[in-house]
Amino acid sequence: MDIGTIAFAACAGGFAVLVLTSAVLVVLVKNLFRAALSLGLVLLGVAGLFILLEAEFLAFVQVLVYVGAILTLVVFAVMLTAREQAQSAAAPSSRAQLPAAMASIALFGILTFVGQSLVMPSADPGPVSLTRLGEELITELVLPFEVISLVFVAALVGAILLAMSPKPPMPSASK
Amino acid sequence: MSAMRLMVTVSSALFCLGVYGVLTRRSAIAILLAIELILNAATLNFVIFGRALGNPQAQAFALFIIALAACEAAIGLAIIIGLYRNAKTIWADQARILRG
Repeated sequence: MDIGTIAFAACAGGFAVLVLTSAVLVVLVKNLFRAALSLGLVLLGVAGLFILLEAEFLAFVQVLVYVGAILTLVVFAVMLTAREQAQSAAAPSSRAQLPAAMASIALFGILTFVGQSLVMPSADPGPVSLTRLGEELITELVLPFEVISLVFVAALVGAILLAMSPKPPMPSASK
Repeated sequence: MSAMRLMVTVSSALFCLGVYGVLTRRSAIAILLAIELILNAATLNFVIFGRALGNPQAQAFALFIIALAACEAAIGLAIIIGLYRNAKTIWADQARILRG
């Protein structure tokens, strides 16, 4: 074992701990704003794992799209609906925690059990280059790529339509 | 390669935490956050196996998942804002204005 392997394993373990602890916070913390910030930590940890897997472009996209865009949207939604959460007397507690915990632990057990029989190829095929990824996107996978663009347009129009207020002027904020 | 196994375990744990969140959370925004965890677990799995097998299509599909997650978050949050405006609630099980 050379020093590079040890450093790689240490980084992977560190990012794994970061991802898992913040994911636990995401599903357990009552305060939604804190849960959203923990989700940001999870996303950054996963981006770190991407870098360890030599998928730098994906790590970049992950930070840009998830942390930059999705997390901002979530924080906006949390703040827009903050008044409802402030009346936490009406806030219902989490439902069916024990069965849900048992179900997800069983699921994890099944996944690890199935994963035991996986045989990772021993030869290292080397990292996937960005050039090959780009070529793949415009040759083999051009149809899914274009469909995704269509989905983007539909989602944009749909989101604007759904969130648009019924009356064109801004709804009176004082209520 | 044992690091790869560790990452596969991390991704399954992330997936199961997301499932737990979807099952137990009552706030619609928190359910959306848990769904993001599930999608991230799937992306991570794609990247791990793509790296182990040297396949560029895996990263392409990871990109597609990220793009779809962005669409899903935008639509989901728009629906939650609309729900809050119409039903004055963000709790997923109090959204019953369509019930006859």
